[in-house]
Amino acid sequence: MRSSGQEQQQMRSTWQKLHIDLPLLLGILSLMALGLFVVYSAGGQSMAIVYRQAIRLGVALFIMLVVAQIPPLSYRKWAVPVFVLGILMLISVLLFGHVGKGAQRWLDLGFMKFQPAEIMKLIVPIMVAWFISQENLPVKLSTIVIAFILVLLPTLLIAKQPDLGTSLLIASSGIFVIFLAGASWKLIGICAGLASAFVPILWTFLMQDYQKQRVLTFLNPEQDPLGSGYHIIQSKIAIGSGGLEGKGYLQGTQSQLEFLPERHTDFIFSVFSEEFGLIGVGILLSVYLFIVMRGLWIAVNAQHAFTKLLAGSITLTFFVYVFVNIGMVSGILPVVGVPLPLVSYGGTSMVTLLAGFGMLMAIGTHRKFHV
Amino acid sequence: MAPRRVIIRNHTSEANLFARRTFIAFTGVLVLLLILFSNVYTLQVNSFEKYQTRSNSNRIKLLPVAPNRGLIYDKNGVILADNKPVYSLAVIPEDVDDLKASIANVSQLLSISADRQTKFFKAIKGKRRFKQLDLYSRLSEQQVALFSVNQHKFPGIFVDARLKRYYPFSDLTTHSLGYVARINRRDANKLALADKSENYAATHGIGKLGIEKYYEDILHGSIGHQEVEINNQGRIIRTLDFTPPVPGKDLTLTLDIELQMIAKRALSGKRGAVVAMDPRTGGILAMYSNPSYDGNLFVHGISSKNYKKLLNSKNLPLINRSVQGYPPASTVKPFLALTGLEEKVITPSSKVWDPGWYQLEGLPNKYRDWKKWGHGWVDLNKAIEQSCNIYFFNLAFKLGITKISTMMERFGFGDYTGVDIHEESKAIMPSVGWKRARYNKPWYTGETLSVGIGQSYWTVTPLQLTQALTTLVNHGHRKVPHFLHATSELITVADKTENTFVAINYEEQAPLVLKQQKNWDLVLNAMHRTVQVVGATGHSAFKGSHYDAAGKTGSAQVARIKQDEKYDAKTTQESKRDNAMFIAFAPYKNPEIVVAVAIENVAKGGGGTNAGPVARQIMDQYFGSRMFTSSLDEQTTSTEIITAHQHVHSSASISLPDNVTQHDTLQRDSTFQQDYISQKNNGAD
Repeated sequence: MRSSGQEQQQMRSTWQKLHIDLPLLLGILSLMALGLFVVYSAGGQSMAIVYRQAIRLGVALFIMLVVAQIPPLSYRKWAVPVFVLGILMLISVLLFGHVGKGAQRWLDLGFMKFQPAEIMKLIVPIMVAWFISQENLPVKLSTIVIAFILVLLPTLLIAKQPDLGTSLLIASSGIFVIFLAGASWKLIGICAGLASAFVPILWTFLMQDYQKQRVLTFLNPEQDPLGSGYHIIQSKIAIGSGGLEGKGYLQGTQSQLEFLPERHTDFIFSVFSEEFGLIGVGILLSVYLFIVMRGLWIAVNAQHAFTKLLAGSITLTFFVYVFVNIGMVSGILPVVGVPLPLVSYGGTSMVTLLAGFGMLMAIGTHRKFHV
Repeated sequence: MAPRRVIIRNHTSEANLFARRTFIAFTGVLVLLLILFSNVYTLQVNSFEKYQTRSNSNRIKLLPVAPNRGLIYDKNGVILADNKPVYSLAVIPEDVDDLKASIANVSQLLSISADRQTKFFKAIKGKRRFKQLDLYSRLSEQQVALFSVNQHKFPGIFVDARLKRYYPFSDLTTHSLGYVARINRRDANKLALADKSENYAATHGIGKLGIEKYYEDILHGSIGHQEVEINNQGRIIRTLDFTPPVPGKDLTLTLDIELQMIAKRALSGKRGAVVAMDPRTGGILAMYSNPSYDGNLFVHGISSKNYKKLLNSKNLPLINRSVQGYPPASTVKPFLALTGLEEKVITPSSKVWDPGWYQLEGLPNKYRDWKKWGHGWVDLNKAIEQSCNIYFFNLAFKLGITKISTMMERFGFGDYTGVDIHEESKAIMPSVGWKRARYNKPWYTGETLSVGIGQSYWTVTPLQLTQALTTLVNHGHRKVPHFLHATSELITVADKTENTFVAINYEEQAPLVLKQQKNWDLVLNAMHRTVQVVGATGHSAFKGSHYDAAGKTGSAQVARIKQDEKYDAKTTQESKRDNAMFIAFAPYKNPEIVVAVAIENVAKGGGGTNAGPVARQIMDQYFGSRMFTSSLDEQTTSTEIITAHQHVHSSASISLPDNVTQHDTLQRDSTFQQDYISQKNNGAD
């Protein structure tokens, strides 16, 4: 133990200058590395898929580092105009959007296509955090009501596309801000009651047929084992047959023989647990827990209400990804199309996710520059 | 942005509030993680076995592999029942992108009729997923070649080769071999009852008739299994385990295909049957019933048009006449004479006066001899030589029906011979008890007289005649008629396992013992004289033969002839004309072959002129081939030469004299039989 405290201090400050939070980075990198291995196994053992994913990860990491350089309190200046722009883009998606996979999510800007909903994942918590942090905490009822409207507007617009997964994530990112800002328990109780009253309305008026089918399938997958229940049944078989130790890397029959659907994207957790078993799952969940703990640590130690709320929201939303994805593939939640963060193959959500981590790192490393 | 009022913040209380809320959120995170983990724990630990089983049943399929059916050879190793690859165009609809277009294109390529396409689309409904379906069965070689070149254009469509039964001699062997055809619902039920369904899981055909049916269990073999790993498309990824099927045993028959050909030629244009048997073993050398039909028709599923044609033909080709009852007529006179001698109602020298008719005391009916003016004084020899009815009316009257039927039953008349095909009829040996049971009427003496000349209710099958004759020439040693000579068995000698034919040991039958042994020879001698004495009824048929034959003729009255009415074949309706019968054996000393012939509704003459020549041709062939191929005969009795045939299933290797051995392409050729016969004759004459 030669490397004394001073040396460590030196190290930390070097990382600090680069605005990189080392524990967070290590957690992210280890999940990404693991993800590449599992994608190789799940993607029919094709290196091409692995390369493509590696490039995406590189781009996303770069964006994370860039975002980390921006002083977090400066987001506040941009909160309102970017939020308004985002809402306008969501509306234009509904009007002129590109239809893919039965849903309008893409906006074609001529030179590139992109999903405004992805950007809203970051803008909504910034907007709500900025709005709430203007007043003293705990948050007041009138503020909460406006904050709710700020959350509900993009949520409904995205749900209409329809993209249930993203709207769920956006709603929770806003609600987390409100919760962390100290909304009274009485109010939380009332809201929970209202939300459950809202469910029948959601079911009858807002949900698409395929979304309803997903929920029905979730409630009883064996009802239609070859049709809509097929995915979830095959996924549970994959997970269950992995057992304690798993079938071994590249040995998962459910995934290698293609019984499992969407193997390298939404259902990658099933591939992982088939091949690595309960032990692997334990390790994976521990890494996620570590990242969440680190994120919350950054939030608690942030020195401004705005950054506290933002960091907390980003971290908890990240956890929602994990919970919804694993919950849906293991049969305790309906299938809503949320990827396993940092592991699933795919680009769009990865970029926003890492931009979020970039903000977390910024909040953790820009302490000296608060206004 | 509008100017905002200055907020005095309480940083400490805000931080505390935030820390509390974060802590609560973190607790929530822990709880949710715990829920996730315990759910996965339930799946992977508590329900592990359930999901492991389901995972395996997803990927592992046990494919049954049909055993190859045993082949059937004649006594000289000529293949009679072969397995021939048949190519069909199979489709897995799930693997075809645009089914309608693909089927239309491939049909155009191979000229498959629209009718067949419609049938195919009908068959698709209700089919199991990823199961193949035949679009066209029995592709020609040209079609196979044409498709193979274009296969890349038709994913999901492929040529499937399957072994199907093939009978190179077609109608020549159908009545004895029977045939294999598709397992139908009734067969499936029977298999299920016998607990054999599993063994037939991959088998398409089953023996329906004849030897194919009788030896089904031996010929079929045991199913094998291929354990394969499949993907979600049902495609086989790899074989995990393979238990090969055990092929069915090959059979060598006692049948001689050359004799069979001669029989067919001799019966051509006639309705009738020939059975030839080796009296030393009971092995059937030839069994042919004319007209016959091609068993190959049934292998692929006979069209209803063809089937109706066979079924409605007035010549009844579907019936095996060798095992159907005919009135035996005079052919049973030697057996009756033997009964008379045994019962001491006659002696070899006792004579009967034949004025041309016989009359029972006190009855007006006259029983006529076939010779209008009678034979004068008749003793045993003359009675058989001339087939004198009066002598046998007298004999039958003295014996009475019970003594006759008792003795005849000991010769096997009126009962199954026990031959190894199922189609056999018992025919009828009439007796007092039989008539009572059948018609509930008493027996009349007049009927006894008719029985005395092999008429009345009495019927025998040609096979029964050969069996009874065998007992006669063997002096009472009975043989069970059979086709099966040997089965192929795996035998390990000095660490080498070889497939070798092992002869079947047939059980010794309890002999028919006479009170006076000399009676056998008295009757046999009379039969010898029937053929050898100039002017005797059987003489003309065997005139000039180089072997020493004996026999007996018979002409069976089919329609009743009224008292004083005269029978004239020319004026009698075809179906009411007499049947011609003949039984013969040779050589007289130590017989090697017995023959029975039955020909229906002959135009002119009786057994001697119609059926006799058929027996003659069979025997000429039998002794002829022996004369010219004596070295071959020694070989074929040993097992090695037959084993050699084992390995040349597909090519027609036939052990024959040098000048007729090369017939590589013969088996596939429909003109084979003709060629074969003519070549054979060139060699033999």
